Amino acid sequence: MIPVSYFFGLSIVLFVLGIIGFFVKRDLITMFMAVEVMLNAANLAFIALGKAAGTPAGQVIVFFVITVAAAEAAVGLAIILLVFRQKKSIKAEDMRLMKG
Amino acid sequence: MGIFLFFVLAILCVGGVLGMILSKNQAHSALFLVLAFACLGGLFGLLDAPFIAAVQIIIYAGAIMVLFIFVIMMVNLELGIAPERKRWTLGLSAFLAVFLLVELAMAVRGTLGSLGRTGGPSIGSPTELGRLLFTEYLYPFEITSVLIIAALVGAIVLVKKKEKE
Repeated sequence: MIPVSYFFGLSIVLFVLGIIGFFVKRDLITMFMAVEVMLNAANLAFIALGKAAGTPAGQVIVFFVITVAAAEAAVGLAIILLVFRQKKSIKAEDMRLMKG
Repeated sequence: MGIFLFFVLAILCVGGVLGMILSKNQAHSALFLVLAFACLGGLFGLLDAPFIAAVQIIIYAGAIMVLFIFVIMMVNLELGIAPERKRWTLGLSAFLAVFLLVELAMAVRGTLGSLGRTGGPSIGSPTELGRLLFTEYLYPFEITSVLIIAALVGAIVLVKKKEKE
């Protein structure tokens, strides 16, 4: 029997790692992956707290989060492809103009 | 046994995320992230959520990361954009990260003790989840399908090459 707080602590560590990755990396794709890490940390927290509260509602929320993450990945990667086509680069600091 | 499995999966997961951050090659980063997400799937299984564990492995480690790897192959990057060059920004970000970690730990410290342990009555059977999704959470479920259609159409329209007139 594992204390649920261990899972909760792990989710906090993962969230902080995701934030570090987002700010340290400079290419858009890895920054985007760091966002996925943060989403997963939130998922872990939802499931752990749902388990602690004895309700499956946490798992339903995680189901929705995963769907939204899939939609977000599709649109985000499409935007990254567009940026790459125009600038020939995916460094974050090369995106400075709103107009293409 | 369970606690041993937890620590193995947790270390692999944190190691995968660290590998993603430290690796210079985007494709390696994506593969490290697949490892981390698969371990998270195992952790969900330990938390009595078998359906979410399967969804995590199939959709995250399978579909979403394959999408990432496709894009990485399409953009064909110069290898190794170095992380932030200025030394003081790295130091500052490390300091702020530790600060955030401490802050989050302090915020949840009061609740950690009352969370109990895994085991006990099973709550996350796929039957139960399906019943909830189609009764109590029916509207969010339907709205999700609209969202996915919008994302699909949006992605295709964005990436489509303009026809020459």
